Amino acid sequence: MTPELKARLEQETQSHKIVLFMKGNALFPQCGFSARALQLLQPLGEVHTVDVLSDPEIRQGIKDFTNWPTIPQIFINGQFVGGSDILMELHERGELADLVAGKSPA
Amino acid sequence: MLDAEFIRARILEALPGSEVDVRDYTGTGDHYEARVVSPDFAGKAMVQQHQLVYAPLQQWLKSGELHALALKTYSPEQWKKLGTR
Repeated sequence: MTPELKARLEQETQSHKIVLFMKGNALFPQCGFSARALQLLQPLGEVHTVDVLSDPEIRQGIKDFTNWPTIPQIFINGQFVGGSDILMELHERGELADLVAGKSPA
Repeated sequence: MLDAEFIRARILEALPGSEVDVRDYTGTGDHYEARVVSPDFAGKAMVQQHQLVYAPLQQWLKSGELHALALKTYSPEQWKKLGTR
């Protein structure tokens, strides 16, 4: 990964409290997992979305950055939280809101 | 084809002292789900917990012999909390 790309990903992941790397955007999610992730996150605050489909460099880059093979990917308070399964599980356990509030480890 | 006991043994090797249940949820020997309760998970983010379980199985995940492993991971404290709610 180039230093420029790494710097760009660091900047994106730190830019907002909730950052979602997804397929499509908030108005037109292009994948069910991305749409579901968005649904779970939106009630918790503003969600900054990054459309990986519009940028092949980011699409591969984010996977290398986190060493995680799939999209969507969720960052909360600058920390990588995981993909849609983990997000769903945190939601079911009632831990997602605490995470956004900074009350528990990602 | 991997069996549930094989997967369970690999996880237990990597995370001694944990409680591991592995279930083949399609009956085809390549899609599994596992519940792991491990003291090594305490204070760790869920994504880190998952990566600790995937680590000893990397070779079979990469080869595709193990196509999917859905995980539920808990520290003993998280597991206890879940049981009482």
